[in-house]
Amino acid sequence: MSTAQGYNFAYLDEQTKRMIRRAILKAVAIPGYQVPFGSREMPLPYGWGTGGIQVTAAILGPDDTLKVIDQGADDTTNAVNIRSFFQKTAGMATTDRTREASIIQTRHRIPETPLVEGQIMVYQVPIPEPLRWLEPREGETRKMHGLAEYGVMQVKLYEDIAHYGHISTAYDYPVRVNGRYVMSPSPIPKFDNPKMDNSPALQLFGAGREKRIYAIPPYTRVESLDFEDHPFQIESWDQACAICGSADSYLDEIVTDDKGGRMFVCSDTDYCGERVAAGHTGEEQAA
Amino acid sequence: MNKLLQVTDLSKNYGSRIGCEGVAFDLYPGEVLGIVGESGSGKTTLLRCLSAQLEPSAGRIAYDMRTQGLTDIWSLSEPERRMLMRTDWGIVHQNARDGLRMEVSAGANVGERLMAVGARHYGNIRTEAEDWLTKVEIDTGRIDDLPATFSGGMQQRLQIARNLVTQPRLVFMDEPTSGLDVSVQARLLDLIRTLVNRLGIACVIVTHDLGVVRLLAHRLMVMRRGRVVEHGLTDQVLDDPQHPYTQLLVSSILPV
Amino acid sequence: MYVAVKGGERAIENSRRLLAEERRGDTSVPEVTLAQIDEQLSLAVDRVMTEGSLYDRELAALAVKQARGDLIEAIFLLRAYRTTLPRFGYAEPLDTVAMQVRRRISATYKDLPGGQVLGPTFDYTLRLLDFDLAAADNAPEAEAADAPLEGGMPRVTDILGHGGLIEPEEPRDEQEVGDLTRDPLRFPAERDVRLQSLARGDEGFLLSLGYSTQRGYGKNHPFAGEIRLGELAVEFVPEELGFPIEIGEITVTECQMVNQFQGSATEPAKFTRGYGLTFGHCERKAMAMALVDRSLRAEELGEQAKAPAQDQEFVLYHADNVEASGFTQHLKLPHYVDFQAELVMVRRMRETAANNAARNDDFEEAAD
Repeated sequence: MSTAQGYNFAYLDEQTKRMIRRAILKAVAIPGYQVPFGSREMPLPYGWGTGGIQVTAAILGPDDTLKVIDQGADDTTNAVNIRSFFQKTAGMATTDRTREASIIQTRHRIPETPLVEGQIMVYQVPIPEPLRWLEPREGETRKMHGLAEYGVMQVKLYEDIAHYGHISTAYDYPVRVNGRYVMSPSPIPKFDNPKMDNSPALQLFGAGREKRIYAIPPYTRVESLDFEDHPFQIESWDQACAICGSADSYLDEIVTDDKGGRMFVCSDTDYCGERVAAGHTGEEQAA
Repeated sequence: MNKLLQVTDLSKNYGSRIGCEGVAFDLYPGEVLGIVGESGSGKTTLLRCLSAQLEPSAGRIAYDMRTQGLTDIWSLSEPERRMLMRTDWGIVHQNARDGLRMEVSAGANVGERLMAVGARHYGNIRTEAEDWLTKVEIDTGRIDDLPATFSGGMQQRLQIARNLVTQPRLVFMDEPTSGLDVSVQARLLDLIRTLVNRLGIACVIVTHDLGVVRLLAHRLMVMRRGRVVEHGLTDQVLDDPQHPYTQLLVSSILPV
Repeated sequence: MYVAVKGGERAIENSRRLLAEERRGDTSVPEVTLAQIDEQLSLAVDRVMTEGSLYDRELAALAVKQARGDLIEAIFLLRAYRTTLPRFGYAEPLDTVAMQVRRRISATYKDLPGGQVLGPTFDYTLRLLDFDLAAADNAPEAEAADAPLEGGMPRVTDILGHGGLIEPEEPRDEQEVGDLTRDPLRFPAERDVRLQSLARGDEGFLLSLGYSTQRGYGKNHPFAGEIRLGELAVEFVPEELGFPIEIGEITVTECQMVNQFQGSATEPAKFTRGYGLTFGHCERKAMAMALVDRSLRAEELGEQAKAPAQDQEFVLYHADNVEASGFTQHLKLPHYVDFQAELVMVRRMRETAANNAARNDDFEEAAD
């Protein structure tokens, strides 16, 4: 194995990895429950994916193929940085292809290409506690989870509708896992929430600074909170992707000049590239 | 009729200091009990114990649970007790800020208990909130306003609506009218009396104001230094006080 | 045609090279050595060791050099290195009475066994820029005393303890001392874990919090019972030997604040303590730590706990500068996706508002 001098495979020592795996197992056994773990100091700053990195390091083997994305793209600085960290310390294969990856570490997106059995999603989580904005005290929020007292979460949604006519949470939209724990899906756009529901892939969430790990096992019910008469809705665009013409993917807005010119393209660069390779075109390409 | 609340030999100490001691009484459905005494007499400690906000040092508080009859509330699990507190009970605090969620609208304040017990239809929650605002004489046009924009009397009425929305059978009130202007007090008392009568709610009201209990309470307990010194029908206690302390209280506070 | 931005990898590599060049600065100026940093910027090294939780002067000096003098960055470097080190176990508790004292002062007694020892301190310097220092040939000397200080100087708090005037400080044998670097913080946190968190905590943050208690946000009437600085031997019991051996000597600063306690229904009035300990000479930090340690004991002592410095969760969750720095600076990471989601939401809200306004206009016109 080609690894960086002086460091263990995938950086963490084996004892630490076992500790993290135990936390992961507990998290899988209690879907949506935040398991405290002895998060280590990593050579990357807190808030930059240290939780996701520790989870990935604990489950990564030499035969794995790793994909790292940030904002849906493999080439954003943070994704590049994390991928090269694992290349250096673990030397396993990496890919941009969602289909080819056995582990996908992500910040803020779920790939458009549907996940399959055997794949593992690892989410980087800044604030794992969905109740944090309503109750700053950890002692109290843990009690609320323990007793499943989630009325206050609904109060927040009620307020949104009362003031704006609809629920105004756009990302990190809270979900209820397996009918029990309310969970933060990490700051993915709510567009991605439905992809978590009944996913064949295992989904793991790591928060390094806040020292929590939680999980959604494969084929688990994940519901976005809402009201019967104001059901959960995802974002939609009037445009299709200017490059590949996809009308059902999450779009990034690209500012093309300083006079209000804009275009919309897929945030998932791998998905977009695959569609172009398969012969799909968007406005931009056609023009 | 079944007892709603049965209190036996209740005491609460803070170290060597006595909060309240040897308190015992029964409360029946729809009955209003007043607890009076000067500040420091232990009446607020007693109320906090009765309403499960403070664990007593000794004694028993049994409540007539809908499914299992008289049950010691401290034998319940914490989730059961918290559920009881936000469904079958209500607590109206002296300071509205302690009883309201100040950062969300009046409608959300009233709807919170409904949502806590599983209501998930926005339209229905809102209709119910409007209904309750009307009952406590708050203009439904204020439903989306924050409680901070309300007057003191309105905040107290909102607090009452927030508690009554789950149709509790027992409501605890801690000095509900103190800190309000005299005219506002009168209107609030009138409203409480009407609601309590109409809905048949049992109430325990703590106050230092004998005028409040004369208007609202069926029965009266007079407390001094943590102990109950006199207990009886309100009119009886106020018109013919037996204990010297009660006599003093009545003569000094109730101008004839 | 628009092409998605590529080339992140190369850009990052270039940025790293540029950083290395800037770190070195003008090559006509001699490069600073680790020995120079250790000897002449020794308080920077002390702070990095303390908050980095690793006693190694050379590595701390390297971290200061690598971080271009940015101490929080240097602390981060040292912590990230520390976490990879194998653990052999925990050292024996230090006994600060055994300290080779270089400085020891008390604000509570004019004179006391062992005396007041000023040692090296900024306290009595006039803060005038010393232009002689700008020259590079300084070799000041201090006169040595005739005899070394006597060892075994008693702690002021022990002197108070003889009269039963101060709470005793007893180890809790039944429970292992917590370790934040192994286990996550849990609330309510016990004092051992709180002290560890404060020792690792940011000096500036603790300084401001401690200061806030003096200004009335959770007042606890402190006196600087004693501050001492000096060298101590560290002992360790290897499993295979079963008895303690000395593994080295470290410099520490200890501060014991003495605070009034009014007493309660069950306890008479007495003095209580706030404790601060740092590696090296970090006097300001040790004092701030002691103030905050005491204020975090408010609840345990039955005092009203309303001020920020008395709030465990607030203090302990926000004291660590490596965590705080990382999370503050993570705002530099791309947030395009979330921002896009907000854009869609804000546009929708504006549309709704505009439609409502238009409808109201129609309504009013109809009413006219």
